[in-house]
Amino acid sequence: MQISKQKKLEMLRSLLLSRKFEEALTELCKIENKIPGMMILCTGQEAVGTGVCAALEMEDVIITNHRSHSHLLAKGADPKLLMAEIYGKKTGCNKGKSGTLHLAVPEINAPCTTTVVGGGPPIAVGRAFAQQYRKEKNVTVCFIGDGATNEGSFHEAVNLASLWSLPVLFVCENNLYAGAQRYEEHTKVRNIAERAAGYAIPGVVVDGNDALAVYTSAVEARARAVAGEGPTLIEYKTYRWRGHGESDLQLYQPKDEIEVWQEMCPIPKLRDELLAEGLISPDELGEMESRMDAIVKDAILFAEESPYPEPHEALQDVFA
Amino acid sequence: MQQLGMGQAINQALREEMFRDPDVFLAGEGIGTGIHHSPMLPTAGLLKEFGPGRVKDTPVSEAAIAGLAVGASVAGLRPVVEIMFNPFFTLASDMIVNHAAKLRYLSGGKSSFPLVVRMKSGAGIGAGCQHSHNLEAWVAHSPGLKVVMPATAADAKGLLKSAIRDPNPVIFIEDIMLYFVPGAVPEEEYLIPIGKADVKRQGKDVTVATWSKMLGVAMKAADQLAREGIEIEIVDLRTLVPLDKDTVLGSIRKTGRLVVLHEATRTGGFAGEVAALAMEEAFESLKAPLRRVTGPDIPVPASPPLERFYIPDEEKLIAAVKDILK
Repeated sequence: MQISKQKKLEMLRSLLLSRKFEEALTELCKIENKIPGMMILCTGQEAVGTGVCAALEMEDVIITNHRSHSHLLAKGADPKLLMAEIYGKKTGCNKGKSGTLHLAVPEINAPCTTTVVGGGPPIAVGRAFAQQYRKEKNVTVCFIGDGATNEGSFHEAVNLASLWSLPVLFVCENNLYAGAQRYEEHTKVRNIAERAAGYAIPGVVVDGNDALAVYTSAVEARARAVAGEGPTLIEYKTYRWRGHGESDLQLYQPKDEIEVWQEMCPIPKLRDELLAEGLISPDELGEMESRMDAIVKDAILFAEESPYPEPHEALQDVFA
Repeated sequence: MQQLGMGQAINQALREEMFRDPDVFLAGEGIGTGIHHSPMLPTAGLLKEFGPGRVKDTPVSEAAIAGLAVGASVAGLRPVVEIMFNPFFTLASDMIVNHAAKLRYLSGGKSSFPLVVRMKSGAGIGAGCQHSHNLEAWVAHSPGLKVVMPATAADAKGLLKSAIRDPNPVIFIEDIMLYFVPGAVPEEEYLIPIGKADVKRQGKDVTVATWSKMLGVAMKAADQLAREGIEIEIVDLRTLVPLDKDTVLGSIRKTGRLVVLHEATRTGGFAGEVAALAMEEAFESLKAPLRRVTGPDIPVPASPPLERFYIPDEEKLIAAVKDILK
């Protein structure tokens, strides 16, 4: 598949923004009482959100999960509003109600994030049903991890999506860990994608650290869905650099394994390719990096300077 | 005025709302081509009338049905989904309790989930405890859900139409036995507001607060008590969330005595909530300690005499009323 220069640069930009955003969060989490709650990061997995969202139109919908930063940034969420929400500030995209784990950005068609493992697929089915009901030529993407595919809700949802030929992309980021369990300890099939056969839908395995391969596979699955041919289960093989929360010491994860995967980092992979093809010069790359740094700095400044909500605002937004 | 069972009244409500709003669709197990073909059942005939695009027979997949409602409603559709029996709500509960109820709040009010979950509830069909279990207190305890439990066919129709138009998730619990109890239902279009209780009988001596099928028990008890010169006032809550505190408290202040009557088991039941309301906000009016008349803390048994024992009846209510009048 021919991928335009603009698309490739857009993906590199998205990878860099996501990485810098999360690297900043890693540092902020080390400062006591700076960031409330848990902090679950997708560092190292950015090629999935980047590649998939690059294949989407604005009207396409994403339903994401607890490792959502990269998905949301790639879909076009405002980093300032995300950061303020992560800080628990009034100016955050959800007025401080969601925190980092449940970021919802309806403006970019990311109406809800669920942190209940396996919660996303049934909702994605409903959202895609609405697209089919209204004869929209759009799709819903459901981002899940490998662990979520062991929830019953995943199987109910895929079955229904297949049965009704709903325009859904079940995007599984197989990062080899679910909580503190290695993939082999929680799932017997070698590839999650094999499960697609049980629902008579295509299941594909793709290198999840290769943004261009991710993009290509998502374009194909999207085309199928829009054509009324139903859902696809795409398994992206990737790796979880950070733990299940920044307080997780990752004692169950071999150090050399982490290093091997860090060698396969999605950013240099795309960057070097673009440099070699002459699609970006070293100077332009430096400029792009500085711009992403500035965006993240601005977001942090905005969050720091924003006020907290008033306690009584906790009572708002329960009912419409 | 037309005489309809609650199932038929609900059928009219669904039909009228589907004609009014093309965003309304139905989904559930066997709601179109049901195993049972009684015209008394709520979704009878709707598949034929509206077609399989809007009346969706689903696989036996409660989580998927509920998720369908959550996802479709956030897109602005108005799903009315059916969970066949109240106990099966446990299979759908993640989608409803963790998602439908909370996602609006988590979004800071940006996303809305205008869905209705209809569930058949109540003992009396001899099916035993995995088909008969009143779980209204579970859902009422989850902020973000409205909870409606109509007692009459007319109320069911007006309340369901309001539920479908409500911008929030509404849990609509229908007692199966009421499907077959005829009641007067107005011919013309009408809505009954969610969150408004109804005084179904005026009285001066004791307030009986109740809902759903137990209204019938209260009405029969009232006739018997009246013959002995005791006038109970019957407040049908109709909606548990939001609770119409003013009507309940107004009645307690008038009579000075309260009995709360429901079919669900006792411990943690919604009667406790009504009782606490009375204590906190109308204690000065109470002339005697209040009473609860409820099902016992057991799963609903199947054998007829055991099931009859489970369901609160007039005798138990009358005993409680007389007890606090002593």
